[in-house]
Amino acid sequence: MASGPLSSGEYVQHHLHHLNFNLKTLSFHGGPPFWDLHLDTFIVSWVLGLLFLGFFHHAARKAVSGAPGKLQNFVELAIETIDGLVKESFHYENRLIAPLSLTIFIWVFLMNFMDLIPVDLVPWSLSFLGVKYFRLVPTADPYLTFSLSITVFLMVIYYNFKSKGFVKLGKEVLTHPFGIWLFPVNILFRLLEEVVRPLSLSLRLFGNLFAGEMVFIMIALLPWYGQALLGPVWTIFHVLIIVLQAFIFMMLTIVYLSMAHESH
Amino acid sequence: MDLAHLIALVNANTVIAVALLIGLPSLGTAIGFGVLGGKFLEGLARQPELKGHLMMHMLIVAGLVDAFAAVSIAMGFVLLYGGNPLLHAITAAAKLAS
Repeated sequence: MASGPLSSGEYVQHHLHHLNFNLKTLSFHGGPPFWDLHLDTFIVSWVLGLLFLGFFHHAARKAVSGAPGKLQNFVELAIETIDGLVKESFHYENRLIAPLSLTIFIWVFLMNFMDLIPVDLVPWSLSFLGVKYFRLVPTADPYLTFSLSITVFLMVIYYNFKSKGFVKLGKEVLTHPFGIWLFPVNILFRLLEEVVRPLSLSLRLFGNLFAGEMVFIMIALLPWYGQALLGPVWTIFHVLIIVLQAFIFMMLTIVYLSMAHESH
Repeated sequence: MDLAHLIALVNANTVIAVALLIGLPSLGTAIGFGVLGGKFLEGLARQPELKGHLMMHMLIVAGLVDAFAAVSIAMGFVLLYGGNPLLHAITAAAKLAS
């Protein structure tokens, strides 16, 4: 722990450090920044993912058709809602989409939910184990949001090729939206559109969650009456943001994958 | 100019840049949300039975409108607290000179 009280700038800076594990030097210090693995993000996202999978798998195994228990009710509610949403927005044959949307929604929501835990609680308790920095919210780490959106991007490319084939896809890239003689412009627009989508997808989630975390950190710097006043207000607003951003990520994934399947 | 003056100059301009980064997008989103809410109310007045459906879609578009404002705010915070990269040139020159 630091010797003596930190200034407000130092406090904020301290909260912005990740628990870095460098994959090149295989240690916690040094090494080129490209090889830095944010161990805190990695651990928390894995724990939450396994928790979600274990929960739902357990509910599926113990499913009874008579009088379902609360866990089974909740799981069925989640699955039915998302199935309905996918049926509305996705009109093609693909068995991956509904489980993918369920995973994205629940996993991103759980990771966002970590932001509601008091900002100093986990790092402070971990400092007794000698861990200097720990950022609890995985989705406030651009590394994670970009991995999610790059995965979606790769899936979009794959399904484009798979459901349209080279010839049809080539025609679509060259002739949309201006017609065959302006094909350089068409290619440029298409490339731009395809690149901006994963960028905006990940930065939207990152920006919202990072700004939320920063406001919590700055509320923590206020005296007790400021905290009691502003804390609940921002928390309530942030609960809306958490659910909304997870939902939007899921909806946009469904929409992008649906656009990868469609043919005019 | 000595080192303190140079650093103060860069910091002053950085703070102004951060203020613009945080303030201007909120202008845009305020107008955007206002228009969005207005259209939602109009649609609701025409067909009140679509309330749940319209509200869900309104929230979706609200999240999208929010996006670039959130990105700009995050960039502002990173610039303000995440170690100002614009000071690197000055510190490097100071190291060379000393």
